[in-house]
Amino acid sequence: MSDAAHAHDDHGHGHPTGIMRWLTTTNHKDIGSLYLWFALIMLFVAGTMALLIRAELFQPGLQLTNPDFFNQLTTMHGLIMIFGVIMPAFSGFANWQVPLMLGAPDMAFPRMNNWAFWILPVAALLLMVSFWLPGGAVAGGWTMYPPLFIQGGISYDLTILAVHIMGLSSIMGSINIITTILNMRAPGLTLMKMPLFVWTWLITAYLLIATMPVLAGAVTMLLTDRNFGTHFFNAAGGGDPVMFQHIFWFFAHPEVYILILPAFGIVSQVIPTFARKPLFGYASMVYATASIAILSFIVWAHHMFTVGMPAAAQLFFMFSTMLIAVPTGVKVFNWVATMWKGSMTFETPMLFAIAFVCLFTIGGFSGLVLAIAPVDIQLHDTYYVVAHFHYVLVSGALFSIFAGIYYWLPKWTGHMYNETLGKWHFWLSVIGMNIVFFPMHFLGLAGMPRRIPDYALQFTEFNQIATVGAFIFGFSQLIFLAVVLKTIKGGAKASDQVWEGAQGLEWTLPSPAPYHTFETAPVVK
Amino acid sequence: MKGKWQRVGVMGAALAFSQVTLAEYAYNLQAPASQVAQDVFQLHNLIMLVCLGIFVVVFGAMFYSLLKHRKSVGHQAAHFHENTTVEVIWTVIPFLILMGMAYPAAKVVIDMKDTTNPDMTIKITGYQWKWGYDYLNDDISFYSNLATPREQIVGSAEKGEHYLLEVDEPMVVPVGKRVRLLITANDVLHAWWVPALGAKQDAIPGFIRDSWFKADKIGTYRGQCVELCGKDHGFMPIVVEVVSEEDYAAWVAKKKGSAQAAAADNAKSFAIAELVERGEKVYQANCAACHQADGKGLPGVFPAISGSVVATGPMAAHIDIVMNGKPGTAMAAFAGQLSDADIAAVVTYQRNAWDNKMGDLAQPAEIAAARGGNASEAAAPAAQ
Repeated sequence: MSDAAHAHDDHGHGHPTGIMRWLTTTNHKDIGSLYLWFALIMLFVAGTMALLIRAELFQPGLQLTNPDFFNQLTTMHGLIMIFGVIMPAFSGFANWQVPLMLGAPDMAFPRMNNWAFWILPVAALLLMVSFWLPGGAVAGGWTMYPPLFIQGGISYDLTILAVHIMGLSSIMGSINIITTILNMRAPGLTLMKMPLFVWTWLITAYLLIATMPVLAGAVTMLLTDRNFGTHFFNAAGGGDPVMFQHIFWFFAHPEVYILILPAFGIVSQVIPTFARKPLFGYASMVYATASIAILSFIVWAHHMFTVGMPAAAQLFFMFSTMLIAVPTGVKVFNWVATMWKGSMTFETPMLFAIAFVCLFTIGGFSGLVLAIAPVDIQLHDTYYVVAHFHYVLVSGALFSIFAGIYYWLPKWTGHMYNETLGKWHFWLSVIGMNIVFFPMHFLGLAGMPRRIPDYALQFTEFNQIATVGAFIFGFSQLIFLAVVLKTIKGGAKASDQVWEGAQGLEWTLPSPAPYHTFETAPVVK
Repeated sequence: MKGKWQRVGVMGAALAFSQVTLAEYAYNLQAPASQVAQDVFQLHNLIMLVCLGIFVVVFGAMFYSLLKHRKSVGHQAAHFHENTTVEVIWTVIPFLILMGMAYPAAKVVIDMKDTTNPDMTIKITGYQWKWGYDYLNDDISFYSNLATPREQIVGSAEKGEHYLLEVDEPMVVPVGKRVRLLITANDVLHAWWVPALGAKQDAIPGFIRDSWFKADKIGTYRGQCVELCGKDHGFMPIVVEVVSEEDYAAWVAKKKGSAQAAAADNAKSFAIAELVERGEKVYQANCAACHQADGKGLPGVFPAISGSVVATGPMAAHIDIVMNGKPGTAMAAFAGQLSDADIAAVVTYQRNAWDNKMGDLAQPAEIAAARGGNASEAAAPAAQ
């Protein structure tokens, strides 16, 4: 069959249209878009919950919520932001970009790819519907610690089911990504020539396959403790509630890196492009990513310094945790060295990437503070921890997602986004984000516990500042929605190269990238 | 609003001055009142200083680069992309800095974990949602409930100075004594924390973990439960009063006196009006958080007592559920928490309040009988 014949069957041959096109699609670009839209919708759902939380915390006393509903909001905000926003968004990037960056025609298992996405909305539905069930949504914290988690109603069982489904989706997605990367690279594209985004996703996918079954095991034990009379986590039956925490964090610490490694990848694509200079220390970036991933399996109990471990265990987990600062530092130094003596311009993707480097590092520093076990014992379960993980996940993971969207959207849609609106989105986000989360460091240091709907009077001022920031940050995301919609509809025609300094196979394609690409593999020298 | 912004400005100014000022404006870790808390405070200062130094160097370089190495000022891109020497240096130097931090941190860890040679031992039990204290050396036991009135929380009354950080019965300890804490929980996870004393330990049902502190200064220190434990997680504060040794001895004598009075109550017979009056207080302290002051509960979460089958049914079943709880739910077993007289009073109150007009009453002797004459066993945390 000739290439010309291929070029004509893009949308032909009775492919379904309308909703059926999206339900049955096996095209990596369609599925990538589905993941990204799903993440965007969930961002607004869980973001609304965050604004309700911040509105309640604007002043001491109970105003808008009762304590039980407040706990439902914090729990669901956490679960949805992690499993419904950050992870699907990165999967969306992987689906769009991995084949384009490798010169592959599609993902290795297109039908499994379709399934991996379409079971996600089912899981989201199970979670969301529980708000309207007797007893309301799950309120035991996203960490699902027993015995509290054993006490809840039907929505707790639905949450366990939803977590299973989301885990299944992640595992299928990961198998697909690993197989695609290992088997479908263009001739000449050796592993050590792959774009860093592909490398970080390869390592992330291994982390997912290694840890998702652990989470599945943990929540299955919760399920049987709740419904079938087992006593895995019940001391009265010979079990141990702390065992759940060990199993959970053995999953959830690598999960933290699942949420940040693809972000490292995106930033490592964006910074060289706008510095017009190759990434500094490519090989050390790959090794640093791999070391972070490996270390992530031996640090889990630093989330549990207050459960009362022996001193030797505390010391081990303190030292191993501190060690992670070394490869993470290498990454930050490499990004700064990439900018050094470049020829920088500051389009929106670059702005978000620079903010990422700076603010993620603040999250890294507070992580280092928390790694020191005696200090962690003072700060554990306070707002200091809330500040820490939001610096890592909002100005880290979420900002990298924004950077990636602005960076690749012209390639995906064929239109340039509106740079003025993009800059408004950036500045309002970065200012709003710091107003929300920086004061939380002070709240935590001063002794405000997390997950409380009401607080003592000395915490009032910083909570009010944080709430003002939250509304600035939350509402400025509507600008992002507007930019995305406008760019899809129209806008200045994007060139194939899009960015002057962009390197890589995806930029050799026309903008927008055709429905089928690289049906003949390109050759990489 | 203006006043608040002024305070923010003051806080900013305070940053430049003393740590004492900082503590007043809730900016930094609370002023330490024990050696461990002091060590943690200094450790935190040290790490913050190191982080600040690194931040200034790294981001000084980055912002210099952002200003000078931009296309708009005509800077041409260099093409270097690796340098082994530099990469080795910035791997090794952070490693050495971390070693420098790890050493003092490890010393504090070992000190914090050393719970040997205590002067006294207190067992602390977390309940949904209050704390129980058992002084093992002095044979004193009591519960400590939030003392902030409901009206302040819902906003119908002015909030007091120690809003949400005040209790009816504080934990009292003598100054300068090594206090060993044995911490556990009755139902779900809790965590006992008093920041100024530098002691935080999760309370785990079925397991006992220990911690310790030695308070240096006489004073009142406040903390909260810091492990999510359900609806009223935000409403179970901790207050520790550190007093002189003489004051402590006086407090012990007073507590023993009131324990004898409570024991005498268990042997008495009460009129229904007395029981209802006493029972209302017990209800407010122990039951109203879930079942609500109006006895209507929270639909779907906590059942109503007003008009319920239990409170309008046979007396024995009613006493049983109050004493032994309902496994698998948030309904705790109160046999170990309340005296015979208090259980009799609260049951009588529940049967004669709101829509319930049973007109019957329970006497302390019936509760003692329900305990099967073995009060010490019944007082153990309820297991299934």
